Amino acid sequence: MLINVALNLTARDERAMNNYNRSKSALTVLDLTVSYSGKTALFSVDANFPIESMSAIIGPNGAGKSSFLKAVLNITPSLSGKVKIFDMSLKQAREHIAYVPQRTSIDWDFPASVLDVVKMGLYRELGLFGWLTTAHLKAAYEALDRVGMANLANRQIGQLSGGQQQRVFLARALIQNAKLYLLDEPFAGVDAATERIMIDVLKELKTNCKSIICVHHDLATVRSYFDHVFFINIEKVAEGPTASTFTPENLRTTYGERLAATHIEQLHPDASVITA
Amino acid sequence: MGVDFIQFSLTPILIGVLASVACALPGNFLILRQQALLGDAVSHVVFPGIVMGFLVSGTVSATPMVMGAISAAIIAVVCIEIIKRFGRIDPGAAMGITFSSLFASGVIALEQSDTTTVHLDVEHALMGNLESLIWYEANGWHSLIEPASLAQLPHELNRLALVCIIILVLLFIFWRPLKISTFDEYFARTTGLPTITISLCLTMISTISAVTAFDAVGCIIVIAMFICPPATARLITNRLYFQVWWSVGFASLSAVLGYILAGYGPLWLGVENSVSAAGMIATISGFILGLACLFGQYRARTNCS
Repeated sequence: MLINVALNLTARDERAMNNYNRSKSALTVLDLTVSYSGKTALFSVDANFPIESMSAIIGPNGAGKSSFLKAVLNITPSLSGKVKIFDMSLKQAREHIAYVPQRTSIDWDFPASVLDVVKMGLYRELGLFGWLTTAHLKAAYEALDRVGMANLANRQIGQLSGGQQQRVFLARALIQNAKLYLLDEPFAGVDAATERIMIDVLKELKTNCKSIICVHHDLATVRSYFDHVFFINIEKVAEGPTASTFTPENLRTTYGERLAATHIEQLHPDASVITA
Repeated sequence: MGVDFIQFSLTPILIGVLASVACALPGNFLILRQQALLGDAVSHVVFPGIVMGFLVSGTVSATPMVMGAISAAIIAVVCIEIIKRFGRIDPGAAMGITFSSLFASGVIALEQSDTTTVHLDVEHALMGNLESLIWYEANGWHSLIEPASLAQLPHELNRLALVCIIILVLLFIFWRPLKISTFDEYFARTTGLPTITISLCLTMISTISAVTAFDAVGCIIVIAMFICPPATARLITNRLYFQVWWSVGFASLSAVLGYILAGYGPLWLGVENSVSAAGMIATISGFILGLACLFGQYRARTNCS
């Protein structure tokens, strides 16, 4: 049984927390440890994701990337850890967060239309009985239009392709009008057109002063998509601006020598020089 | 359609309909949450609980039986957890072991006790006693507006009606949270919905439905109605709201049709005896599901990706 241990911050930890530049931080995590039935998924992870930028969480399979997001959002329990979102507690910051889970985590056979799913994003605004106004519907169609799905609004979600399903999830996040977007593998198994549309939407969000954090698996696109990277493999490996942090050294530490070699060759034509 | 119908058929039909609806309503969500067997589980566990309640109290009144059923459900949950943990057996098998052995222990307990004077036996547990839930006081349609006769309605009817109303009201109030958390639990949690509480409440409501319906109509109807009407409705529509109403329709249709066929069907075929109403109602619900599988509008609805 996992027990949620409240972390007693020591004075030193408090100082460390303050040392992160608070006003510039979208998400700050301190000493996050997660364990599933005895197996450690994350160990004492500290992280700091800058505001108004696009950040990638990178690491091999089983490195705890998704667990990190779920623990941050308190979807799954953590053994220890302190999370600050825009310098607020998770509870205070909820209305500023939009989460896009992995597409494969739900049953798409559920009896709902595309529009139904997007409308779920309005729950926090509407509550139990809030009346769905024409303005809400218009917002829902606008969100669908941004991801190129407005013409499929009344389609049963089970009839969508993987990429279309992912775009519906993004539309549901858009209508939440959040400040921080957390996406779990948004580009996994989607078609090229969907990837293009989604990255355009996310970059537009960034231009509109939103913060985006993606669990990402495709190393080839890291440089062109993200301006901040966070390397993780159970423990934190490195974090910082993509330009200075997305290096062969960090890839090697994160993925291990053998796995990293193939990636690095693709990414750095001069990798052989570095390895030698 | 006269006095006989009011006295002997009206209340069993109504009880059949209400029991079916009470199980079908939560069944919609259990199926979507891949917990369809919960109804099966609860109705099996309830049996030894009811027997123990009877043995301890010596009466077949509702309170001790419901108390017994609830404690049996708790014991079952603990047993499953223990078997899962120490037996290293997967959850499905752990449930199967627990429910069948608890049901069997109920059978033995009942056999060893003197129940000749009351209406409680294994057959009753399986089939219920729908046909015997008649309205003694009624002597015509006017009884429906006579307080004295109405007061003598079988108490199963009142209890099931109450349960149905409670479920409908709760569904109305918590429709959005229930829908969102059933569809996407992780998302629901991030919007601040208490998904664990919602899940627990759904289980509790299902248990209450199952216990109440079991008491009136036996476990065969309970098992069938948790699954068949919602599954049929899912094949007819692609919208949750309509699915829930369709399931109510199919549950009622099964109950009415099943009761009439059980009572009159054999007569039409020239046979004297009637067959078990509970068995027929459950069979009809399965038959309707079969038809929906063959002809349902959305039977092949996903392009498996």
